[in-house]
Amino acid sequence: MIESILFYIFAGILLAAAIGVITARNPVHSALLLVLAFFNSAVLWMLLEAEFLALVLILVYVGAVMVLFLFVVMMLDINVAGMRRGFARYLPLALIVVAAIIVQLALVFTSDQFGAQMLADLERYPADYNNTAELGRLLYTVYVYPFEIAAVILLVAIIAAISLTLRRREGTRHQNVGRQVQARAKDRVRLVDLPRRQGEGDK
Amino acid sequence: MQEQNTTFTMPDFLPALPEMFLLGAACVVLLADLFFPGRNRGLTWLLSLVALAGTAVCVLALEVGEHGVMTFSNTFVLDQLAILMKLAVLAASATVLVYSRHYLAARDLHRGEFYTLTLFSTLGMLVIISAPHLLTLYLGLELMSLCLYALVALNRDSAVGAEAAMKYFVLGAIASGLLLYGMSIIYGVTGSLQLDEIAAFIGAQEERHLGLVLALTFVVAGLAFKLGAVPFHMWLPDVYHGAPTPVTLLIGSAPKIAGFALVFRLLVEGMEHLYVDWRDIFILMSVLSLVAGSVVAIAQTNIKRMLAYSTIGHIGFLLMGFIAGTSEGYSAALFYALVYVLMALGAFGMILLLSRKDFEADNLDDLRGLNARSPWFALVMLLVMFSMAGVPPTIGFHAKLAVLSAVVNAGFLWLAVLGVIAAIVSAFYYLRVVKLMYFDEPQDNAPLSGGIDMRVLLSSNGIAVLVLGLMPGALLTATIAAIP
Amino acid sequence: MMAWLETTWLTVWGVLPPEVQYTVWTLTKILAIVLPLMLAVAYFTYAERRVIGYMQGRRGPNRVGWYGLLQPIADALKLMFKEVVLPSNANRFLFLTAPMLSLAPALAAWAVIPFNDGMLLADVNAAVLYLLAMTSITVYGVIIAGWASNSKYAFLGAMRASAQMVSYELAMGFALVGVLMAAGSMNLNTIVQAQSGGMFYWFALPLLPLFVVYFISGVAETNRAPFDVAEGESEIVAGFHVEYGGMAFALFFLAEYANMILISALAATFFLGGWLSPFEGIGVFGVGESLLAEPGLHWFVLKTFIFMFIYLWLRATFPRYRYDQIMRLGWKVFIPVTLVWIGVLAVMIVGDIGPWFGGGA
Repeated sequence: MIESILFYIFAGILLAAAIGVITARNPVHSALLLVLAFFNSAVLWMLLEAEFLALVLILVYVGAVMVLFLFVVMMLDINVAGMRRGFARYLPLALIVVAAIIVQLALVFTSDQFGAQMLADLERYPADYNNTAELGRLLYTVYVYPFEIAAVILLVAIIAAISLTLRRREGTRHQNVGRQVQARAKDRVRLVDLPRRQGEGDK
Repeated sequence: MQEQNTTFTMPDFLPALPEMFLLGAACVVLLADLFFPGRNRGLTWLLSLVALAGTAVCVLALEVGEHGVMTFSNTFVLDQLAILMKLAVLAASATVLVYSRHYLAARDLHRGEFYTLTLFSTLGMLVIISAPHLLTLYLGLELMSLCLYALVALNRDSAVGAEAAMKYFVLGAIASGLLLYGMSIIYGVTGSLQLDEIAAFIGAQEERHLGLVLALTFVVAGLAFKLGAVPFHMWLPDVYHGAPTPVTLLIGSAPKIAGFALVFRLLVEGMEHLYVDWRDIFILMSVLSLVAGSVVAIAQTNIKRMLAYSTIGHIGFLLMGFIAGTSEGYSAALFYALVYVLMALGAFGMILLLSRKDFEADNLDDLRGLNARSPWFALVMLLVMFSMAGVPPTIGFHAKLAVLSAVVNAGFLWLAVLGVIAAIVSAFYYLRVVKLMYFDEPQDNAPLSGGIDMRVLLSSNGIAVLVLGLMPGALLTATIAAIP
Repeated sequence: MMAWLETTWLTVWGVLPPEVQYTVWTLTKILAIVLPLMLAVAYFTYAERRVIGYMQGRRGPNRVGWYGLLQPIADALKLMFKEVVLPSNANRFLFLTAPMLSLAPALAAWAVIPFNDGMLLADVNAAVLYLLAMTSITVYGVIIAGWASNSKYAFLGAMRASAQMVSYELAMGFALVGVLMAAGSMNLNTIVQAQSGGMFYWFALPLLPLFVVYFISGVAETNRAPFDVAEGESEIVAGFHVEYGGMAFALFFLAEYANMILISALAATFFLGGWLSPFEGIGVFGVGESLLAEPGLHWFVLKTFIFMFIYLWLRATFPRYRYDQIMRLGWKVFIPVTLVWIGVLAVMIVGDIGPWFGGGA
C-alpha cells in the first residue's frame, strides 16, 4: 500500500522531470531536471529492491556523467532560441515514433515471457539477500566473456579519448615532477671559493 | 563470499584462444609503443603484425567438429564459418598495416594509436564472428565501431576528417541504438538472448508474433546502417572520403566480413523462420543499393568517393546472397564478401602507393598515365578494376556469378537481371580508370613511394585477384563447407 | 508520578498504528544523529580556530563565554539574523536550492554510519555504495551555487570544485574497493566486525596505501586546505559561495564541516576499526581483559576526533596546492597507487597472508 503510493509519487516526479528536460528553455535547467529524473528512477529501482542498480545509477550517472554534462552545458553559450526552433515542426514525427515505441512495449509486455501474469510469480527475497553479490557472481561466471569485452571497450574508449585530445603543443612548459624531486642542491648551487684579492681590504 | 556457486563449471577457454591472444598482444603493443616509440615506430608495426600472425596461428591450431563448439555459457561459438572468417579478417588487417606504414610515416599521423586501435578493432570483429548471443554480438560490434570512429578522426587537424568522424559516430550510434532496441524487443518476446534459443522459440510458434516483426525492422535497419546499404548509406561516401586513406582501407575491408557475420548470425541463425519478412526488406535495399552504387559513382571525380559508391553497389550484390535464402546463397554471399575485401584492399592500397608526402592521390586524374610511370602497378590496378567490374577471368566474375546463380535458383530472375544491368553500368566507371591509366598522359612523373614490403604484397594482391579467378575452386569449396 | 507517565505513554504509543510508530521512531533516531552532529559542527569551527591559533602562536577566540566557548553560538546567531542577499540576475530558485542540496547529502550519508555494534539508522547491505553515491552528489550544491550566482568568481570556483571532486571520487572509490575486498562485504557493520581482534587487525595496516589515499582524497573531496582552490580567497575571492550571506552561507558552512566529520568518521570505520577497542586481545598487563578492551561508542568518537584534528593540522601547516598539481596528484598518483594495491591485496587475500583476511575467501 505505502509502496504503491511511493511508486506513484516518484513515478510522477520522474515523468514530470522527463517532460521538463525536453521543454525547459534553459539547457542548464534541462540538465538539472535530467538529474532529477535519474534520481527518481534510482528510487524506483530501490522500491524494486534492486539496490545495487539504484545506487550505481546515482553514483555513475548523477555523480559523474551529469556533472560533466553540466560542466559543458554551463561553459557553452547555447543559443536557446535556435534550439527551440523546429520543435513544432518535428512534433508530428516525434509523436509517431512515440506511438511506435508504445505499441512495441505493449507487445513485449503482453508476450508470454514478460507479460503481467509473470509478475504474480515474482518472489520476495529475504532481507539478507544481497543482490550486489548475486550480480557479481553472475558477471564473473556466466557472463564473464561479455563482461570482459565490455572492459575492453572501456579500455578502447580511454585510448581513443586520449589519442583525440592529447597533443603536445609547442611552447608549453611541462613540469617533470620526477626531475624536480630528484634535484639536489649540488645540481643548482655551485659553491665557489673566491680567494681574497691582495690588497683589497687594506684601503 | 563464503557460499560458493556449485552449479558453475569452469568454461573451456581454448576455443577463445585467438581472442585472448590478440587482446594480450594488443595490450603489449600499447605499452611497447609507449615506452619504445623509436623513430619510425618500427617495433610497434612489427609487434602488431606478429600479434595478428600469432592470432592466425592460434586460429589454425584449433580443431572444430561438424557443428562447432560453444563455450563461456554459450556466449562464444567456434565453427568452420568462424575459422574461415577469422583468418580472412586477420589477413585483411595485416595487409592494412603493411599498406599503411609509409603513408602514415610520411605524414604526421604515424602514431601508436593507429596500430592499437586497429588491433582492438580486429578483436571486435573476431568477437562478432564468434557470437552466438545477442550480448556478445552487440559488444563485439561496439568494440569494432568505437575503434573505427576514433581512427577516422586520427588526423585531428583535418576539418574533413573531423566532419567524417562526427557523421560516422553519430550515425553509427543511432544504428547501434536501433539494433539494440530491436534486440531488446526480441529478448522481450522470446525471453532469450541466445540465438539458437531464439530460433527455436520462433520456430515453435504457430503464427509469428507482431513484436518480432517490428523488432526485425529495427534490427535490419541497424544492420543496413552498419553495412552501408541504401537508404542507410549516407555516411559512407563522406567517411570514405574524409578519413585518412589507411583508415578508409581498414573500414572498407575487414569490417565487411564482420558485417556478413553479423547479418548471418542474427538473421540466418537467429531468425531464419522470419526469412520471408526480412527478405522483402533486403530486396528493396539490394535494388536501391545496386542502382545508387552504379549510377552515382559515375559522377565522382574522387577515387575514394567513387570506391565508396562502388562499395554500396557491392553491398547490393552481397545482400542478394541473403535474399536467395539457401545455403548456396549464404555461401555465395560469404564468397562475395571475401572477394570484395581482396579487391578493396588492392584498390585502396593503390591510392596509398601513389600518395606521397604532402600529396594525396585521391583524384581520378592522379591515375592518368600510370602505365607510363609503372607498367607493373598499372597492370595490378587493371586486374583489380576488372575484378570489381566482374570481368572474367578475374575473381570478381566468379563472385558475381555465384551470387546471381543463387538468386536465380531461388526464383528471383528479375533481380538477377537487374544485377547484371547494374554490373554493366558500373563497368563504365571501372573501365574509365583503366582508360585513364593506359591511354592518357601522366600529369606528374614522381616515382612511386612505398617500401619493398608494400610493393610485394600489393603485387601479390593483384596476382591473387587473377589467380583465384583462374582457380576459384578452393575458395568456393571453403565457403560452401563453412555454411552448414 | 513517573509510573503514571510511563503507563500513559505506553498506552498512547500502543494505540498508534505500526506505520506511525515506525515513522516516529525513525524520526527520533534521525534527530538523535543530526542534533549532536550540528553541535559537533559548531564546536568543530571553534576547535579549528583555537587549534590553528595555537599552532600559529595566537590565542584564537577567547572572549565570548568561558575560553570563548560561546563563540560558535554567537556566530550562529549572527548568521541567522543577517539578510540573504539575492544578486541581481541570479536564478532565484536555484540560488536558494543550492545550499540545501549541499547540506542534504552531507546529512543523509550519516544514515549508514555505525556508531556502535548495530547502532545505526539503516543497516543496509550496499552501504559503501550508498556512501559513494551520497558523497558524489554533494558536488551539485557547489555547481548549482556557482552557476546560479551569476558571478564569474563563483562560476570559476564551481568549475574547479566539480572537476576536483569528480576526480578524487575515483581514487576514493578505488580505496573503498580495497576495503570491501578485505572485509568481503559492503555493510559497514560487517566491515567493522571484520577488523576485530585488536589494533593490529585493523585494515589500516594491510591497506596502508589505500588508507592514506582515502584520507587525502577525502580532504580533496571536501575542498579543504591544502586542496581548497574552489574557495581560493586569494585568487577567486571565496569561490562558489562568494555571493552568499546569512543563513544560506551558514548552510554551506554546515555542509562543509558535516562532510569533514563524515570523512573522518568513515576513515575511522573503514581503516581503524570503528567502535572497536585498540586494546582488544592484548595480553600484556592484562589490558586485553580490562575495561579498556571494551568496544564502544567512545572509541568511535575518539578515532573520529583524531582525523578531525588532522584536518585542522593540515590546514595550519600546508600551503595551497596549485590547481594542475591537484589534478596530477589525483589522476597520476592516487589512482595508480590504488590500482596497484588492489592487485597486491588480491594476492594477499588469495594467499591468506597475514591475520586480516580470515573471514574472506
